[in-house]
Parts: sequence; C-alpha cells; structure tokens
Amino acid sequence: MPFLTQPEVDDEQYVLTCSLDNARNLSNILKAIHFKDHASCFATNNGLKVTVENAKCLQANAFIQAGIFQEFNIREESVVFRINLTVLLDCLTIFGASAGPGTPTALKMCYQGYGHPLVLFLEEGGVVTVCKIHTQEPEETLDFDFCSTNVLNKIILQSEGLREAFAELDMTSDFLQIIMSPDKPYFRLSTFGNAGSAHLDYPKDSDLIEAFHCTQTQTNRYKISLLKPSTKALALSCKVSIRTDNRGFLSLQYMIRNEDGQICFVEYYCCPDEEVSEADV
Amino acid sequence: MGEGVKCVITGTNIKALGRAVHSLSRIGDELYFEPLEDGLCLRSVNSSRSAYASFTLAPLFFHSYEATGGTCHCKIHMKTVISVFRSLPSLEKTVEKCLISLNAEKSRLVIQLLCKYGITKTHNLSYQDCESLQAVYNPDTCPNMLRAPARLLSDAVMHFPQTLAEITIMASPCGKVTLRNYVEEDIDSTKTMLTELSLSRDEFLVYQLKKQSDITFCLREFRGLLSFAESTSLPVSIHFNTAGLHCLTCCPVLWESTLHTLPDLETGQGVGPAVFSVDDTVLEVHFVLATLSDTDRASQSESQYNRPPLHSSEDDFLGDDIDYMIAMETTVTHSPPPSSPTFCGHSCINPFQEAQDPLSDDEPDAGVPGTPPNKKFRSLFFGSILANSGHSNQEILAEDSDREEE
Repeated sequence: MPFLTQPEVDDEQYVLTCSLDNARNLSNILKAIHFKDHASCFATNNGLKVTVENAKCLQANAFIQAGIFQEFNIREESVVFRINLTVLLDCLTIFGASAGPGTPTALKMCYQGYGHPLVLFLEEGGVVTVCKIHTQEPEETLDFDFCSTNVLNKIILQSEGLREAFAELDMTSDFLQIIMSPDKPYFRLSTFGNAGSAHLDYPKDSDLIEAFHCTQTQTNRYKISLLKPSTKALALSCKVSIRTDNRGFLSLQYMIRNEDGQICFVEYYCCPDEEVSEADV
Repeated sequence: MGEGVKCVITGTNIKALGRAVHSLSRIGDELYFEPLEDGLCLRSVNSSRSAYASFTLAPLFFHSYEATGGTCHCKIHMKTVISVFRSLPSLEKTVEKCLISLNAEKSRLVIQLLCKYGITKTHNLSYQDCESLQAVYNPDTCPNMLRAPARLLSDAVMHFPQTLAEITIMASPCGKVTLRNYVEEDIDSTKTMLTELSLSRDEFLVYQLKKQSDITFCLREFRGLLSFAESTSLPVSIHFNTAGLHCLTCCPVLWESTLHTLPDLETGQGVGPAVFSVDDTVLEVHFVLATLSDTDRASQSESQYNRPPLHSSEDDFLGDDIDYMIAMETTVTHSPPPSSPTFCGHSCINPFQEAQDPLSDDEPDAGVPGTPPNKKFRSLFFGSILANSGHSNQEILAEDSDREEE
C-alpha cells in the first residue's frame, strides 16, 4: 500500500490537513501544556490551538499559528475535536524525542471530520509510520473572560529570571502568593510551607524585567499544585508576560522560540485561590 | 534571650557554605546551627549516632560576622536548609551575597540570598531550640594519622560502587595503604566481588603509623567529606587508633561510619571512631565515624546483633544506649555546672586526659584486654563535658563551647 501517496490522493476527503518538516516544532510546544491526558484541539484559518484544563481553575493553551506549518489547509470555518494528548505526543516522538543530528522527523497530519481518527504520517530517513488516534467528543472549554482592558498589572520578564524560582518552589506550601505593585516590593513571589516562608523579590529596574506596568497593589494566591505544571512552559520559553486583572485572575504568557527560530505562544490562565484579607498578608 | 547572629558571606565562600550543607545532609536529618563568638558551627549527627560531622566557620570566613548575646543552639530540618542551597552551580553563578541572621523573636532563621539582576531570595526557616550537640573525641591523641590530598582519596574511593556501605582502610607501617570494600561476615566471600586498591605512602602528605591498622567505616558519609574537601583543595587528615589498643579515651574521630566500635570497647579491642578532618585558617571540618574492627570478627557480629536497638532508640541517647554510640554529648544550656573536675579551658582535650588517667591506670600499663565498664566510660565523658558546658554557660559561654568543638 502506498502510504505516502495516499494522503495526496485523498486530500479532498480531509477537513484538516497540515504538514511540518520538523515534527518537534509541534511536539515541543505541546509538551509545555502536557499536564493532563486529554486536550481539546481547535483549528481555524489562523492555525491550531490546543487546550488543556485542570480542576476548572486552570487552563493552558498552546497556539501553533498556520505560518509554522509548511502546509495548512482547512475546509471548514473551524474544526474541533478532543484527543489523548499523551498518545499524540508519543506518536509525534515515535522516532525519538531528542534533537539529535541528522534529518528531523517530517509530519503530515490529517483529520477527516467528526467521528474519524486523527491520522499522522511520520517520516524519517525514508521510514514512514502511520498513526491513527481516536478522537473524542469535544467538550466545552472554560471561558476565563480575561480581557486586556481589565488588566491592572503587567510585567514582562526574561524567563531565565523565573525558571529557578519555579523549579525550586516549596511544594509543601499550598499556594503561591504573587504581589504586584507599583511600589515596593514591586514583584514578589512567596510560599508558606512547613519549614517557614520564602520570598523572592524582583526590583522593577532589574535587567530581567523588560516591561513593568503596575497600576495597583495586588496580592493574590494561586494553588501551587495548579501552577507547577507551567514550569514546563517556562523551561521552553524565552520571555514571559505576567498579568493580573481586576478579579485577581492570572495570565501567564510564554513566548517560545522553536528550532527554526519561529515564535509560538503558550498561555496559562489561573483563578485566584481565595480573597486575601489584610490580616493574612 | 537576646542572642543573635548576623553574618554576611560573599564570593566563593557562599558555595563553600553550600557544599558544607550538602556534606552535612549526608549525615543526618537535622542541621544544628550554633553561632559562637569565634565562629559559626554547623553540625549534624545520624540517627544511630554513629556518625557526626561538624563545620566550624571562623569569623574570617565571613565578610562580616557578628554574634551577640548568649549562646543559642537551634536545629533545623536538613531538607529545608538543603532547599536553600540546592543548586551549587547556580549558587556560584547567581548569588552575590548571602546574609544569615537569627530572628529570635519570630523564631526564624533568615537566610537571604542576593542574586544577580537584583533578585532577593529570603528564606525564613523555622527552627527548634535545642541542646548543644557535641561529640566527644580528640584526634590529637590518636597514634595514627594519615594526611592526603582530597583528590587522592576521592579518586581511590571512586572505584567502589555507590551502593557500597562500608569500606576498610588497611595501613601498614611499611608504607602501603589498602582500601577494600567491606564484606559482612555472614556473606560468602567467594560469591561477592572484592575491590581492592593500594596506595603508596609517597602519595600521602603525612604518614604516621605505629603498627598495622585496619579500620572499617561508612563510605557514604566519607564521600560527603571528600566532596567538600576536594572543592576546597585542602588535604584530609585521618586520625585513628590501632585495633587492639586499649586507648579508649582518646578515640580520634575522623570520619566514622558505623557503631561497631563500641562492642569493641567492651572487650578492650576498641579501635575507636575515626576522625577525618579538614583544616584551614577560616574553617575546620571534623567528621567522626564509628569504626568496625576487622581484626575481631566476634565483636563484629556482636555489633551487628546490637544494631537494631540502636535504631529504635534514636532519641533516647541519654539512656543506656549511649554505650553504643560515639560518646556523644548534649550539653543542657541552662544546667548548672555539676562538680567540675575539669574547669580549666580546653574542653575536648582536658576531659579526655581526665578520663584517660583512671583508664591508663589499669590498662595500657597492664596491657590487660579488659576495659572499664561502659557506664564508667560514659560517666567520665559526661562529667567532664557537663562541667565544661556549665562553665561556658556561666562564665564565657560562647568561647568555651567553641573550644569544645575544636
């Protein structure tokens, strides 16, 4: 059976077809949101958005814009399906996950529509693997209604500055407290664990901070177990934008540069844990 | 309470402090933090109290060092301290200054790391007030001493598997030092792999040996010391007694690994703990590891037999189990001094000499392989130590307990 020619021949039957010269450009960014088994995929003319949620409090989105793909064809206005992300990642890295020397794995991904599997053709050095992954009933995703006009505080900093902080988070603390303020301490991350508290202070004029727009002092707490997975995105990213809105909702946007130098974004939204009373601070 | 400490560490010494904490973390679950007038003491002891380590950082080690008020002793969970100094490479790369202060009012030990880009990490660690931790040992009275570059020892130890529990060092006066993995008696030696490695005396900086001596001690703790010593490029001194000698009171403690020594003491075949030390003008490191006398198989099995009770009585170390430990001291800070035979100064040496006299009466001279009963042994240690601690509490607290350490 001529696997390779099959997709070309049957392209008309697919509502979504896309191809990538380097499958890692997709797998790496999906790893940044891989903290649950299942993900929802949305494809539009702009590209592909993959969403993972946890506990109705956290949402992570990976955006792979159409320009990243060598070919991106969509026959409907939008295509939605749910898929096992663990399986998808296993398939994408079936020839090995690390960036070794030699040729990268090429990918062609096709979806015929509701009720059909997602079909992956992976090719490396003349060896072709065809993977068919069952798709599932799409589920409604959370709408955090995070609107940039409601953003009170925003800090953009180089990821390097947060990496160690997140890697060493005291996991015996229930929450991570984030203070963002136009005045001292400007930007502070705190944990309160079994062994005492730890504070991390960033001055606003630090070389790590590229933009500092804080209008109002806000102290919010976020479940540390929810935020911990964002470390994966942090590790891949070069810059991160931290924003909080008037409700205390947190948005973390990670700018990730792929192996071809193209930019993708991963975004985490998180609900605040609870109202922090003055006495607690 | 009024006690307090404030110190600032800069440059490469931050990493040295980090390494010290990493070494100590190989010993016990708790870090004893003791700021004294003439230096900061960091100590740890393992749960079976067969291994003890102490780092004394002189005021010169610090950019500034200020210990005020009375003595204070506190212990902190090793895990929390290690989390502050977890990544040694990043300590070196990013941390520019380290501030340590004790906030007695809030019962917090504050460790502040000032990092690159103006980032400040502040750790407020909870601690427990505790008694001072002192091991009783005196390397100076050990007849045998080997000193070698840390590199030599770590290169030698490297060839042994990471899982190996104990290692035997056999040193002969003719100038050969052999390292061998220790195989327990009940294991068929024909079915296990033996690793043996010999070093010549030329490679040692000091080679002081009276007669053929074998000591067996824990490797894990020893590796901890070596990694510290290697980073400072300082030589490691190993003080130990010769198996079969009866000089119980002067067990030199270098790095000791097992409890097996004490049964030996009973039979008069004691080797005493081995003391491993690294000295510099700004820091002094002692590891005291219990040793197992390989020359006396009987005592070995006895000690194995004795092991379980040791573990079960971790905290009860003022009880009879003290007999099996390195003579370890806790000095109660506020205890009044008991009748103090050794009121004069040098805590470590004097107690030992004090203790040695009665022993030497019936032992080295007579050459009898029977030692005084353990209880006597213990009380001797305790008496002298308590005397000292009392002395330090009432008169010049900090100074004296520091000497004890030395």
